[in-house]
Amino acid sequence: MSEERVLRDQIRQVIDEHARLAVPIATLDDQADLFSAGMTSHASVNVMLALEDCFEVEFPESMLRKSTFQSVAAIGAALSELQSVSA
Amino acid sequence: MTIEDLSVGVDLVDISEVAKSVKRFGDKYLRRVYTEHEIASCQGPPDVAAGSLAARFAAKEATLKVLRPDGARPDWRSIEVVRLPNGSCKLRLRGAAARLAVERGLGPFALSMTHEAGLAAAVVVSGSASGYDGEPTMERPEP
Repeated sequence: MSEERVLRDQIRQVIDEHARLAVPIATLDDQADLFSAGMTSHASVNVMLALEDCFEVEFPESMLRKSTFQSVAAIGAALSELQSVSA
Repeated sequence: MTIEDLSVGVDLVDISEVAKSVKRFGDKYLRRVYTEHEIASCQGPPDVAAGSLAARFAAKEATLKVLRPDGARPDWRSIEVVRLPNGSCKLRLRGAAARLAVERGLGPFALSMTHEAGLAAAVVVSGSASGYDGEPTMERPEP
């Protein structure tokens, strides 16, 4: 399994536990809009904190935009950016 | 000032979700989202504290709906609910939120919050530059 696939699976697990989606995350593709799928602003805070715990990173204020947490793919891109900075 | 000069934001938060966040993430959640003053203002039994915190989160989101950031959203802590000695609450903006308000010519801000039956809500109304001098910061309550 590729590193990217592992990353996406971990993100999906965090979303499953914290995003409170109206539909199972397994039914959504990586580009699907999580806010349209029922994630509230407050749930996105939980997703952010859980991602920080899971990946040992911290989202800076510059990344606190709706688009950062809009989809599995967007979160993956943000995490890759954070991990490349801290590497 | 006319009705066209007003901007309104509203938000609704599930109090049980805030209680779960406090339980799951503890201080990390509190210190990432709320100011010291807000945390100090929301003490008490967990259910009561969660209701007060949820109302403040709703106030922050309602304010963001008025500020309408194009890019990065201001840190939640740059939008503070200040509790006055008489028990009423006002908004105080700092940092990126204050800069955004000035850029958009917004202010002053009026805030109303409530929580009941498991939900917390907040409404924020802002004037516009035509009736305001661009200073969004509210006075802190007396210590």
